Amino acid sequence: MKNLNINHRQVGNYDVLELIGELDAHTASQLEKVLKRLINQEKHNIIVNCEDLEYIASAGLGVFMAYIEDVRSVGGDIKLSNMNPKVYNVFDLLGFPTLYDIVPEEEEAIQKFESDESE
Amino acid sequence: MTVEASTEHLSEVRDFVAEHAAAFGFNQQEVADIRLAVDEAYTNIIKHAYQNNADETVEIELGYNNTKFWVTLLDTGNTFDVTKYSKPNICQRIKEKKRGGVGVYLIRKLMDDVEYQTEDATNTIRMTKIK
Repeated sequence: MKNLNINHRQVGNYDVLELIGELDAHTASQLEKVLKRLINQEKHNIIVNCEDLEYIASAGLGVFMAYIEDVRSVGGDIKLSNMNPKVYNVFDLLGFPTLYDIVPEEEEAIQKFESDESE
Repeated sequence: MTVEASTEHLSEVRDFVAEHAAAFGFNQQEVADIRLAVDEAYTNIIKHAYQNNADETVEIELGYNNTKFWVTLLDTGNTFDVTKYSKPNICQRIKEKKRGGVGVYLIRKLMDDVEYQTEDATNTIRMTKIK
């Protein structure tokens, strides 16, 4: 049984979650728990780094669907970065790239947050 | 193979099907498509047909001919009414903080043919991919 590991780092004012492994209906609750905790702590500028995410199913996408409004309604966002092409393809099939900021590098997600704030 | 209806077995089921799909000669992307379609179908059975009752089981059968490869999942839980299904509006669902409801849509996008059948209290979903 493959698992999901989630590393949490603080980069300036941003909370970065690194996803390692597979995000499916079995592991989605782990991500949900971490996201909920951040939101409860009023941390609303979240970057999810998917560099080591090998696989995603719709249950994983569902977690992003369920919490994005919570952070956006208070001026924050969940931005996604460093996806491999296979994982990106699943987001793309469902039209996520028009609804979410998905960027190649974590650094770009930070820059986007900074330019969002100065707008 | 027959497996308990539990998300614990998701990666095992995915790997089993993917291994056979690769051996059939599909390329990496096609194998990934089949892997995800099976995941979505099996997850739907666990959550909706059996409502997370891990005492139930799901049967998974593979078949192929010269040009086609198919995966069949059988369960004896609640029947999925395919006629009530409509394409999900992701933007709307996000606004309503709703998740899920996109698995069936994904399966249809990933596979060339999807058939649902219920006979003698057994539900069957057969997903076919053409090489």
